Amino acid sequence: MNPCRSISAWLVASPIRGAALPGLVLAGAVLALGIPRYGWVNPYIQMVLVYIGINIILAGSLNLVNGYMGEFSVGHAGFMAVGAYTASVLTFKVFHLAGASWLFPVAIVAGGLAAAVCGLLVAIPSFRTRGDYLAIVTLAFLMIVKSVIENTSYVEGASGLFGMKRLTTLPWVYFWMVVTLWVIRNFIYSKYGRGMLAIREDELAADLMGVRTRRVKILVFMLSSFFAGVAGGLYAHYLQYISPRSFDILKSTDILIMVYLGGVASLGGSILGATLYQVLLEVLRPSTFNEAFQWLPAPLFQWLSDHVFNQLDIWRMLIMPLLLILVMLYRPRGILGLREWPLLVPERDRPGKRPSAGKGGGA
Amino acid sequence: MDAKYILQQALNALQLGSIYALIALGYTLVYGVLTMINFAHGDVFMVGAFLCFSAAVLLELPFVPALLFSMAGTALLGAAIERIAYKPLRRAPRVSAIITALGVGIFLESAMLALNPYPKSIPTLIDNVTWTFGGVTVSSLQLLIIALSLGLMLLLDFVVYRTKTGMAMRAISWDRALVPLMGVPVDRVVTLTFALGGALAGAAGTMYGLAYPVIDPYMGIMVGWKAFIAAVVGGIGNIRGAMIGAFILGGVEILVVAFLPSTYRDFVAFSLLLILLMFRPHGILGKTRAQKV
Repeated sequence: MNPCRSISAWLVASPIRGAALPGLVLAGAVLALGIPRYGWVNPYIQMVLVYIGINIILAGSLNLVNGYMGEFSVGHAGFMAVGAYTASVLTFKVFHLAGASWLFPVAIVAGGLAAAVCGLLVAIPSFRTRGDYLAIVTLAFLMIVKSVIENTSYVEGASGLFGMKRLTTLPWVYFWMVVTLWVIRNFIYSKYGRGMLAIREDELAADLMGVRTRRVKILVFMLSSFFAGVAGGLYAHYLQYISPRSFDILKSTDILIMVYLGGVASLGGSILGATLYQVLLEVLRPSTFNEAFQWLPAPLFQWLSDHVFNQLDIWRMLIMPLLLILVMLYRPRGILGLREWPLLVPERDRPGKRPSAGKGGGA
Repeated sequence: MDAKYILQQALNALQLGSIYALIALGYTLVYGVLTMINFAHGDVFMVGAFLCFSAAVLLELPFVPALLFSMAGTALLGAAIERIAYKPLRRAPRVSAIITALGVGIFLESAMLALNPYPKSIPTLIDNVTWTFGGVTVSSLQLLIIALSLGLMLLLDFVVYRTKTGMAMRAISWDRALVPLMGVPVDRVVTLTFALGGALAGAAGTMYGLAYPVIDPYMGIMVGWKAFIAAVVGGIGNIRGAMIGAFILGGVEILVVAFLPSTYRDFVAFSLLLILLMFRPHGILGKTRAQKV
């Protein structure tokens, strides 16, 4: 039994169930505000937390297209790039004159909107092509975005933009993460969300049943790319440096790994996948093991340190793809594929609690 | 702009196109048989280039044995990947196989990076003679690449359309459920398909390493995606389509570099792809399948 699942199942069944989700969100908010202010954890862990938050936004939004709608998009890094560049140009070159800090959320939303417009452009070919061909359309989109940025001297082309203020803080990342998960969850269980699931199962049948497939596809692509753009804006204002190379196909692949590791069509899966990905990346370093195993007898420790731990810098990049392959071989839909943490399911949709039929359909 | 210049560029386009074609054939062969995109194929091409490097530098082999060494190695690699990573997933959702392929590709890149942290350069294995015909420069390397690729393509065409194995491959792509009932050993044919595609990618890797100065563990990503686009433009699953698509893509890229700053190359190539897919969603030679209700 998955421990997180058990805990959330217990919370759902417990007397405090009505307050469980708001309570968790509030507790997270207290942590997110308190950690940077009072330094409860060291700056390194704070950085890892920021990355986990951004990764959750990316994985959750990609899961909407790839998991819930059953398409295969490889262009998520392209939407991220559009958001990152739009937000950076706004804070760096436009708002800069007006004092940027309090306009930061405006820049992030603008980045998201710019990405959503690009999402609309990708949604249109998806009316005619599906599956492998749509994957190519998204890939082409990613390459074109990269190429346009490389050839635009206003944003310094291939050498990249730097010098943005570090406006992204842990509370902001937490805020946007909660907004993303909340909006996506509500969308999934809305009538458009049911239309989206119907498209995944059988597009033609969904169309015949009265789902407005085009409208649903446009909505899903725009929503997904909006949050990818938001994540891009946050990323740019945390790293303070972006270049076309930061948003190449490898970045898209990273997000795909998070989604499919955690599980398709599951928000809990995306949270798990994004966290697991970042934590593994951080933990698999020589220093972690060299510090953790110092209690071993000295000769054994020396041998392990030389032959295993210190080799990790080279070999740790191999562990991630290996893990992905193993997960796919033994759990082809990912760790939490097609399942959801009960807490993330709205009350009326929880198993065993189907009050009235006829709420879905007709999107 | 004169005829000489155009001829010169056409020759360059043929060279680039034939390398793309060899890789595109691997994508299209596998897609034809399994309707699966083998995203690790670009990295098999990369391994081919590094195998040629080790054959030339460590074993000090001349050109032909080095080429065969690389082709044999990548054929084995292709077959091994199929057996270990893809075969268990034949009944799983299609996306799982695609993601596994991405994982295998990253695995190959990371493994190669761990073994070879620095970019390498393959020594000149063949004497490169250049001739000039009325202002057009032709190198023996260029001719060799074009001739060898064309030879391999003809050989593949023969295997697929004129031999019993090829007939089995085409039968599987026609109807995978029925073919085992006719006594066709599906598993063996599928593995063989991967080996064939791998060998072609190995040959492409060798020639790429000879024609261009540097090889590195990430070279397979971009070249692989481009070859994949070539296969799609031609109509994925169609062998002759893949060759046509590859030469079109090679031509377009060389044309862009000849007339525009080279940074526009990817932009134009991918835009053309999008425009083509708008009008012919199944590629140039691809068949449109009617959707059944």
